[in-house]
Amino acid sequence: MLENRRYVIAGAVVVLILIFIVRLFFLQIVSPDYKAWADSNAFLKKTLYPSRGMIYDRNGNLLVYNQPAYDVMVIMREVQPFDTLDFCNILGITQETFVKRIADIRNRRLNPGYSSYVPQLFMNQLSVQGYGVLQEKLYKFPGFYIQNRTIREYNYPNAAHILGSIGEVNKKDIEEDPYYVRGDYSGRSGVEKSYEQELRGVKGVEILLRDAHGRIKGKYEEGIHDIAPESGKSLTMSIDVELQAYGEMLMQNKLGAIVMIEPATGEVLCMVSAPTFDPGLMVGRQRGRNHAILAKDPLKPLFDRPLMACYPPGSTFKPTQGLIFMQEGVVTPETTYSCAHGYTYRGGRPACHGHYSPIALVPALATSCNSYFCWGLHEMIDSRRRYPTVQEGFEVWKNHMVSMGYGYKLGIDLPGEKRGFIPNSQFYDKIYQERWNSSTIISIAIGQGEILTTPLQICNLGATIANRGYFITPHVVKEIEDTPLDTLFTNRRYTSIDPQYYDYAAEGMRHAVLGGTCRGAAIPGIEVCGKTGTAENPHGKDHSIFMGFAPYDKPGVAIAVFIENAGFGATYAVPIGKLMLEKYLKGEISESSKYTEEYIKNAVILPNHVF
Amino acid sequence: MYSRKKSLWKTVDWITILFYLIMVIAGWFTICSASYEFDHVGLFDPSGRPGLQLLWIGLSMGLIFVIMMLESNFYDIFAYLIYGMMILLLIATIFLAPDIKGSRSWLVMGPLRIQPAEFAKFATALAIARFMNGYGFKLTTVKNFSITLLLIFLPIVCILLQQETGSALVYFAFFLMLYREGMSGYILLAGISAVVFFVTTMKYADEVVGITPVGELVVSCMILVITLLLIEVVRKNRLAIKVISIAMAATFLLGYLVSLFMPVNFGLLAMLLVVATACYLLYLALRAWAWPYAIIAAFALGSLAFMFSIDYVFDEILEPHQQIRIKVSLGLEDDSTGAGYNVNQSKIAIGSGGLTGKGFLNGTQAKLKYVPEQDTDFIFCTVGEEQGFVGSTLVLLLFAAFILRLIVLAERQSSNFARVYGYCVASIFMFHVAINIGMVIGIVPVIGIPLPFFSYGGSALWAFTILLFIFLRLDASRRER
Repeated sequence: MLENRRYVIAGAVVVLILIFIVRLFFLQIVSPDYKAWADSNAFLKKTLYPSRGMIYDRNGNLLVYNQPAYDVMVIMREVQPFDTLDFCNILGITQETFVKRIADIRNRRLNPGYSSYVPQLFMNQLSVQGYGVLQEKLYKFPGFYIQNRTIREYNYPNAAHILGSIGEVNKKDIEEDPYYVRGDYSGRSGVEKSYEQELRGVKGVEILLRDAHGRIKGKYEEGIHDIAPESGKSLTMSIDVELQAYGEMLMQNKLGAIVMIEPATGEVLCMVSAPTFDPGLMVGRQRGRNHAILAKDPLKPLFDRPLMACYPPGSTFKPTQGLIFMQEGVVTPETTYSCAHGYTYRGGRPACHGHYSPIALVPALATSCNSYFCWGLHEMIDSRRRYPTVQEGFEVWKNHMVSMGYGYKLGIDLPGEKRGFIPNSQFYDKIYQERWNSSTIISIAIGQGEILTTPLQICNLGATIANRGYFITPHVVKEIEDTPLDTLFTNRRYTSIDPQYYDYAAEGMRHAVLGGTCRGAAIPGIEVCGKTGTAENPHGKDHSIFMGFAPYDKPGVAIAVFIENAGFGATYAVPIGKLMLEKYLKGEISESSKYTEEYIKNAVILPNHVF
Repeated sequence: MYSRKKSLWKTVDWITILFYLIMVIAGWFTICSASYEFDHVGLFDPSGRPGLQLLWIGLSMGLIFVIMMLESNFYDIFAYLIYGMMILLLIATIFLAPDIKGSRSWLVMGPLRIQPAEFAKFATALAIARFMNGYGFKLTTVKNFSITLLLIFLPIVCILLQQETGSALVYFAFFLMLYREGMSGYILLAGISAVVFFVTTMKYADEVVGITPVGELVVSCMILVITLLLIEVVRKNRLAIKVISIAMAATFLLGYLVSLFMPVNFGLLAMLLVVATACYLLYLALRAWAWPYAIIAAFALGSLAFMFSIDYVFDEILEPHQQIRIKVSLGLEDDSTGAGYNVNQSKIAIGSGGLTGKGFLNGTQAKLKYVPEQDTDFIFCTVGEEQGFVGSTLVLLLFAAFILRLIVLAERQSSNFARVYGYCVASIFMFHVAINIGMVIGIVPVIGIPLPFFSYGGSALWAFTILLFIFLRLDASRRER
């Protein structure tokens, strides 16, 4: 009887093992979750950072490159007693800073990812000198390591606004683009931002095995699954850094902007924003502090005036008006209007200056006659022969403006561009309860009133006239390594004005330089065309403006110069425009212009309240 | 003399030795993998665990030779002496052993660390076998049963005092042998049921689905199933089984239908079923005047009372921190850094192995120390991870064949001494396998005992080797006795 109990016991063994096998079947075959958990457990996917693309100017000068930087890391678990005084002296910190830093690292509230097994950042971006000394003495400080990183380095102290800077990504960046993780750097402004995708390259990954304490135990399968990082692409700017530097030099102690564009390609040759700053201030540990100082400066050096400042264009706007009048048949090149030191239709307002009367388009542009363009606007929108209502007439006018690149962003490859302002008829209907005509809004005929443009848009006008009727979207990047430029930056954009009319605008601008308001822009041997502007504004003295291109027949460059509160266009903007054109077209400043150069360079035109 | 020794190698059970060698070698490879260090140079380096384990295996061969060379009657002659010395050693250990991870069970002698609790198993087995060897020995007498229990509980107490709970629990394996030798099956059933009910109640103590307490439902259903099995085994009363089964099915179906309209406490329903079944059984007992029905009814009601008393004691008498300590020590608390962490990581390691595993030395989980004790108590993780379902099933089948072979060997003994000892050996191996692998795959609370021949450690390997080969020595000369 008892012998039979052997079967009970043997049966129990069999049942037990069967239960285990069934359980294993469920764990190993049926449930797929455990595999994924195991992977995330044991594999540390270490990111390999690519080097960021370099930036060259149009002549191949290296503008921005990467410089090694050194972070001091500490693995708390490996730290043994050491000479802290010596350590602090090398790093140039005080004992208190050291103690506080160590406490901060250990504080899980400040440093949620803390593990005593994993390297923690002790100090970032050590100087090269500090690195040299520390490297030699590192053996004295067990637990401390140096980790290589790269920071941006600038060869020239120029073009800060165009180049931009990089900074640590914020929470929003990380949410929008899963490429980023905390601690990554990305472009915050300038081309660093607009060409972030190209510059940043592609991160690589190194798959390491790690144990439960986070200690690295080696490469997974000798690294065959690792992915090497792809370096970022180099950019070649259309900017000529010497021209840019020259422009910045001329603009010192002034507020304003210079923009120069190659009309044939839409490439921006220089884009000066004054005041400016050294891009080298925006790297490394000082970035935050320097940025704060610049942000507080009342002259707003961080404000990228060529793209962001919306100025009334003043008389530089007049060629646009003439073109619209001709296109709409309001005037022919032969049409003349009278001017008696002012727009007689409204009792001599706006006023004008001394020149013969009546006057046709070309001399009106050359002498910058206000009355001519006021008459033109009056004829265009007040006459019911062309358009049934003033609103419809004005819409035609506005649509021509938009086609010439006003009122909307041109679409330059830089962040932060403003669209300026061109009113439409609803805008005036709202203000004047639908009862308005040319007299109500007459200041827009001469580029005042509600009209606002950016220096870039005015320079683009110069380029359009130079091209006789089209422009190519201005851009600052000429070439991206191994990547064709976006067709946005190669396609011609024709305006709604027939190219034939542009000849008259160009002729008017040529005459302005030959014997009109722009005589100061004349350069011997080069047929410069130009238009001055003197923009009344609510911020004080008039803005001094120059818009032009050269040469007359086969244009190589267009320019716009804006000097805030500097008075007549001819006083400052024209000589600066001349110097810039001479510098670009001739490569040097002639002896005869040296005096002007000296005079401009030393001029201080800053708002009084600054001092 | 010569001829006797020669016949010894002929009569020894080579099948078991083959199982033993396979497991020891497989174990060594698993240890190699589990303790593999990435910066480590060689597997045979004596400073590493694989190298040391190789040394322990070599020394085991010496032990085997000595055990086989001794006369077979040496073991029953010296059984009590060995047992007595071992108890003294266990008591000494309580006072001499340093505190290692909260337990005082390791005797440290220079570089050597020995755990006497491991060796006390074979000593206890010898003593019990000797005691039960007497002619016409009857376990069922109160005196004999008490002395047997004393022999078992003496080492248990000593080892508990060393705070080595896991090793102490192993001695309960002897009850399986006692069952074979005549102890009432009810005692075994009651013991196992108590443990299962206790653990289940604890595990689901705080879980409520709807208004149904999960623990009470599960335990009540277990009681019902065991009751049905008992009726089948003891009385073969198919009618009664049918009546109870139909009543159960009808009740649960009704409960389900009602639950569509209002919440139903299925736990309460199951408990009412247990009570109803017990009443029915008592009625049968009175009608047929058959005691077994009453005993089964008593079992059902007793189990229910036991369940309530656990709940009551746990919830009402114990402080919350004591509750947590019990749960954690049973491995039931989901403590990410404590026992719960171990089991979860061990399941991840095994689960990640898939059908055929990641291959030798290619596992990542155990090797990277995600699984704690990865080369001792949780060694089976490495088998599961690197050899997959196929490999771990093979290991399980190997253990099953090994234990079944031991039962066969035990049954063929002519002497009570050898048979009892053989069952002790089989029971101990079975207990170790059941608890260790059950723990690793997460169906048994975490109890730290080694997997025979696989877990790293000299003490465990030698203790299992001695335990096994004494039996093989006895078996080899079974015809002489």
